[in-house]
Formats: sequence, C-alpha cells, structure tokens
Amino acid sequence: MNETALLINTALASGTTLAFAALGLLVNERAGVLNLGAEGMMLVAAVAGFAVALTTGSDTLGFAAAALAGAALAAVFGLLVIFLNTNQYATGLALSLFGYGVSAFLGVSMVGRTLSARETHAVPVLSDLPFVGPALFSHHPMVYVAMGLTVAIAWFLYRTRAGLLLRAIGENPEPAHALGYPVRLIRLAAVCVGGALCGLAGAYVSLVTAPLWVEGLTAGRGWIALALTVFATWRPARALLGAYLFGGVTVLQMNLQAQGVQISSHLLTMMPYVATVIVLALISRNVAFIRLNMPASLGKPFRPGS
Amino acid sequence: MLRLEARPVPSQAMALASPIIALVLTAAVAALILVGIGKDPVSGLQIIFLEPLSNRRQISEVLLKATPLIVIAVGLAVCYRANVWNIGAEGQFLMGCVGGGGLALWLTTQGIVLPKLVGIPLVLVAGMLGGLLWAAVVALLRDRFNANEILVSLMLVYVAQQVVNALVFGPWKDPKGFNMPQTALFHASLHLPPLLERTRLHIGFVISLVLAVLAMLFLFRTFRGFQLQVGGLAPAAARYAGFSARGAVWTSLLLSGALAGMAGAMEVAGPIRQVTPYLSTGLGFTAIIVCFVGRLHPLGIVAGGVLLSVMLIGGELAQSRLGLPNAMASVLQGLLLLILLACDTFIDQRLRWSRSTGPAA
Repeated sequence: MNETALLINTALASGTTLAFAALGLLVNERAGVLNLGAEGMMLVAAVAGFAVALTTGSDTLGFAAAALAGAALAAVFGLLVIFLNTNQYATGLALSLFGYGVSAFLGVSMVGRTLSARETHAVPVLSDLPFVGPALFSHHPMVYVAMGLTVAIAWFLYRTRAGLLLRAIGENPEPAHALGYPVRLIRLAAVCVGGALCGLAGAYVSLVTAPLWVEGLTAGRGWIALALTVFATWRPARALLGAYLFGGVTVLQMNLQAQGVQISSHLLTMMPYVATVIVLALISRNVAFIRLNMPASLGKPFRPGS
Repeated sequence: MLRLEARPVPSQAMALASPIIALVLTAAVAALILVGIGKDPVSGLQIIFLEPLSNRRQISEVLLKATPLIVIAVGLAVCYRANVWNIGAEGQFLMGCVGGGGLALWLTTQGIVLPKLVGIPLVLVAGMLGGLLWAAVVALLRDRFNANEILVSLMLVYVAQQVVNALVFGPWKDPKGFNMPQTALFHASLHLPPLLERTRLHIGFVISLVLAVLAMLFLFRTFRGFQLQVGGLAPAAARYAGFSARGAVWTSLLLSGALAGMAGAMEVAGPIRQVTPYLSTGLGFTAIIVCFVGRLHPLGIVAGGVLLSVMLIGGELAQSRLGLPNAMASVLQGLLLLILLACDTFIDQRLRWSRSTGPAA
C-alpha cells in the first residue's frame, strides 16, 4: 500500500515537467502554431532558472526567470514564423538546436554547483492522511500549480470569449481576420504563453527534479511533451493525465533500476522514448479521429490579404 | 509603412545570397558574443572561421569531419524535398555505427581477414542496412499508423544511443579493454584507406562527393526523383498525377536512413576504428543545418558540409586557444540556421514601402 502511494507521488512529481510543457504547447497549437523548439526553450529556461535560484537563493525568482527566458525564445520563434512566414518545422528545429547550444554555453560555469538544501513540502493536516497524504499532498508547490493551470486553461479555452477566438483562429484564421481581430498578434501571444510554460517545465527539472545542471538536462522531455499534445488530442485534462502516465513510466523504469531487476539499465532507459513512439502510433492510427481533433490550421502559415 | 509582399517570381539571386548573408550575420553575432565575454573579436573570428583552413593538416581534418555531414545531408535533402521530415538522422547514423561496427568487430574477433576490396564495402553495406532498418521503423509507423515522422525519428535517436550503450557496456565490450565500455579495435584490413599521407582523411570523402553527384542525378534526372519533388511541392498535383505519396515516404526515408547509416559505418571504420558510447557528437543534427545551408541541393551541401565542419573545428580551436566553452560551436550553428531561415523569407517575398492607409497587415 505504501509503495503504491510512493509510486503515485513520484509519478505526479516527475510528470509535472511534461504537464507544464504539454499545456503550454497545447495553447500555441490551439492557435495554429506548432513549435518544435520546446526542447530548446526548456533547456535555456532550465539553465536560466538554475542560475537565478543559485544567485538569489529563491526558487520563485528562478521559476520567474525561466518563464521569461522561455517566453523570450518563443517570441523570436513567433516573429520568424508568424511575421516572416518561415517554415514552422525548420524554425522550431533551429530553435531546439540553438537552445541546446545556448544552454550548454551559459551552463558551463554551473556544472557541479548545487542549490541550497531543498525543503520538503507538505500540505498541513491533509498530508497526514493515510495513503492519500503521501500520494497527493506532499509535493512541491509547482505540482499543484500545474494542476490549477490545467483547470485554468480548460476554462479559458472552453468558457471564455478569448478562448473561443483562440480556438477559432487555430481552426481557420481567415474569418477572425475578416472580423478585424489581430490574428498574428494573438498567435504571437499564444506562442509566448507556450514558451513561458515550457520555461516553467525546464526550471522544474533543474530546480526540483534534478536539482542540478548538466548539458542536455531535459533529455528529450520537450519532444515527449510535443507527442503528448497529440496523445491528449489537444485537450488540457488529457494532457495532464498523459503527463502523469509518462511520469509513471519514467518512475517505474527508475524503480526497476534501483531494485536491480535483471534487465539492462540501458533497455530501461529506453522505456519512456519507446513508450512515446508506441503511444503516438496507436493514437495516430485513427486518421479521422486525429483530423477531427487537430486544430485545422496547425502548422500552416497565415498571410493576411494574400 | 514597411510591409512584406509576395514576389511575382522567387528570387534566384536571393536564394544563393541568403546563406552568405546569414553567415556574415552569424559572424557578426559571434563577434558580439566574444566582446561580451571579454575576448578579442578579431582573433576569435579568425580562429573560428579561418584557422581551420590555414594548413594542410587542418584542411584534412575539416574534410574528414565534412565527410559524414555531406553523406547524411545528401540523404536528408531527398527527404526534405519530398516534404518528409526526418530529423532523426543522428539515430540512423548511430545504427549505422552498430551495423558496420558490428560486422567489423565480428570479422576481427573471428580472425577473418578479407581483402580490403571485399571487407570494407561489406562494412559500409552493413552500416547502410543498420541505418535503413532504423529509418524503416519511422516509415512503417508513418505509413501504417499515420504517426508523425518528426517525433518518431527524434525519439528513436535516444533509443539508438541506448542500443549502442547496451552493446558496448555489454556483449561487445573488449575483454582486454580494462573494463572500458568500448569494443576492441577493428582489424587493420577494415580501416578505410587514407586519402592523404600523414593525415586521417580517408577515402570516404571521395565517396561522399560521388554520392552527392548520384543524388543530383536521382533528384533531377530520374522520374522517381521528379515524383518525389512534386509530392513535396504540390501534394495535390502529385495525387492527381497518380504519384504515390506512400512510395515517397518509404523511398525518401529508406534512402536517407541508408546514407546516414553509411556515414556511421565510415566513422567507425575511419577515424574511430571501434565502437564507443561517444560516437554521437550531434553530426546528424548538424547535417540538418548543412542541408538548409546547401539549399537542399547536393552541390550546395558539399559546400555547406565544409562550412559547418570549419565551424565545428574552429569551435574546438577556440576552446583550446581562447578557453571558450565548447558549446560556442553549437550556439553558432543554431544561430546560423535561425538567421538563414529569416533571410530565406526574402526569396519569395520582398519588403515594400507602402503609403497606403488601407488595413495594415
């Protein structure tokens, strides 16, 4: 029983990174922009957050800096893709490569540094409950922020006028443009929100999960988050659930390694990536289902007046 | 106000000038970074961009590193022209190392000594098979399961690295290697013949040039190549003409996988001569940049491969001479691609000063 609680606990904790990134990417994909630069934004944000937390001693400032860094990189991507009409795939990929380089460059002096002792977080009273206490109520505050954000984004997308507009632009930007809405600015804003959330995801790795900095720290989580948006069919609640499932796969793999199961640790390390491929293939198999759920203008440039 | 408008015809001049403009701008940013970290920008730029071409030995190292870049990028050009986004060449390269390296290791440990003219081609073919099979997974999942090839090919890079690790930490570990995670050195008969004396440059460079020419013939002189490109540029037209989109996915992925695999085999049978966990230095990703810098054209890719190789080696030189972080090279690579894509905007668009007070874009 206790072990199950621990498994749930660690699955939530390690899934939170993916949750932030997938939620962010979901917002900009809902506006019709596909940003393959998630991994690059996460890495730069991870290093920025780590540096700020290291110098100020404040995790909060670290997360804020990471969100800013992610949003700034996303803004560069957005300007290129939305205003200069560059190819979204190539530009996102370029952002990932660039972000990898920049984070490695900036992080050189931070390799091997450690943050001040990490405090444990527990919700008073609730965390003393049997089973659910350790499973659900003794987490870093950002875990709850991710949960709250899921509700907030779902509410925004489906219950507000602005959310409706965002989804409408993601389906077809022409009518919104004809009605006089600044389609490209709205897309840029969505891209920046996506970048900021990828930033939080990156900082969650470098400040909470790891907590340290090494080159390539996020280890492909940005790409897994991109796959998660497909898995979630672009719905926030499913993205959160998917993130926890993948968090669980990662944890399971680590637990098996720790228990010295007679499987090569290299094969276990493959598990999250193999799982991503399999899940992606299974969910994509139903072409009509994907087409029905995917924002119709996803990845397509919008040139007003042409 | 300034606004972008479509050119009546895409500008050929801009298509060729764009990489040069991007290179100049990248160098300018590099100078700014150097100033920012308190290094002399002039000598810094000289070390990164010119020093690698300063003498025979350096040039041979540049061409050595350009070899896998060219081979991989030529394959990727076919993919990208067909609008198939294989970004996992790094993984296919690694599986090429596994295929080619595996055969070379087996021949070595079995004590089988083949004539060079038989052994080396076999190793290269084994590498191609490794890369091809890895890319076939992507093609299969894309074709049968509609799975996005970008994400699948990228995920398989991580899997491929773990396959390499599992082998060199496990069954392939050299029993006489002091427990180091690496295979035994391959028998001398399996090493690629050198091209220049007293350098590491090997015959693979010539092969890469031949492959570039063959790819050109394929793309621009065969019906299959034409079909692929129509499919990439105008999917609807290709469908109407009865060109198979599925065939394009398979052809382009298998071809690029095989080439990336061959590049891997050339690396393990060339400068490395064994399989280690550190085969992957991001060449498969750099090749993507080479591909775009070379305008997706095999001849341009040869030039792009040399350019990116200069920047990689220049980055290493800057590390040892100026104490710059090694990551400087990857920052500049990423920057080059970002700036290049921005410049490419002006191939089929132009800036116009318009006085009209009509609705702004």
